[in-house]
Amino acid sequence: LANSDIALQHPAELKHHFDDVEQQLESSTLGMWIFLATEIMFFGGMFCSYTIYRAAYPEAFASTSRFMNVTIGGINTAVLICSSLTMALAVRSAQLGQKKVLIWLLILTLSLGCVFLGLKAVEYHEKWVDYHIPGPGFHYEDARYARQAQILFYLYFAMTGLHALHMVVGGGLLIALIVMAARNRFSAAWYTPVDMIGLYWHFVDIVWIFLFPLLYLIGHTK
Amino acid sequence: MSHPVVPIKVYVAVFLMLIALTLTTVAVSKVELGEYNFVVAMTIAVVKGTLVVLFFMHVRQSSAMTKLFVAAGFFWMAILFVFTMSDYLSRGWLPAPGWW
Repeated sequence: LANSDIALQHPAELKHHFDDVEQQLESSTLGMWIFLATEIMFFGGMFCSYTIYRAAYPEAFASTSRFMNVTIGGINTAVLICSSLTMALAVRSAQLGQKKVLIWLLILTLSLGCVFLGLKAVEYHEKWVDYHIPGPGFHYEDARYARQAQILFYLYFAMTGLHALHMVVGGGLLIALIVMAARNRFSAAWYTPVDMIGLYWHFVDIVWIFLFPLLYLIGHTK
Repeated sequence: MSHPVVPIKVYVAVFLMLIALTLTTVAVSKVELGEYNFVVAMTIAVVKGTLVVLFFMHVRQSSAMTKLFVAAGFFWMAILFVFTMSDYLSRGWLPAPGWW
């Protein structure tokens, strides 16, 4: 019995199948990046279909950007970049074991995510009012491009919708982190969930960094 | 634990660069550059994405193994694009009925 006690002696935050805390964090990070690689493939398929149709119908795609709300899109880009900063700082405060700062930064990140989704809802409503939702009710101002523009609006809703869904999931994960942090589940020695969800949040930010110029700014000068 | 604590000013500097690049990409989109509008917009997006990956996602400080997997993810997406577009863009090169 004495021997098995010695064998089980390891810090509480270290699962006993890992050699040390470094190796434990390394395998979590690698696993998270493998998940993010599948997400890159997932969004990559949609970006690829966008590229195919944009190459096929450049004029029609350029003509749609005057119906995109660049002001809201630009503000939302800034909002997401701010939320990435607060998330990066949240991971930093978790590293330093600053519980209060961590909780406030997570709440700030969550709030910025909600601002993004709120502005997105305003934009979707604009599209609804303008009859720019693909389907039987779709109407496009330039009759020459009506059919082709509908493809772009379909891609717009599919891509921003999937991105918004990722934001909603990220918001749920942030709430879980806030609860865990409030219950003292994290310490300077173990804060892996904060680190991993941070990676997810930044990835969703990167997707938007590409969506913004592709959907809002292409053909802006026309 | 494994990656060192990065000073706040590094994060703030990256943040300011990202905001500046966003303003640049909006400003450039209003200038008529023809085909180069797209090239400039995508170059700025790639720079912004790289900043986020290296600094906010700490890949700069990650192990070689993690870096390899990150690069593999983007490399596989590049394969998707290169092979798909080499098909679609070359379809008009031979005299055959096109699909668009």
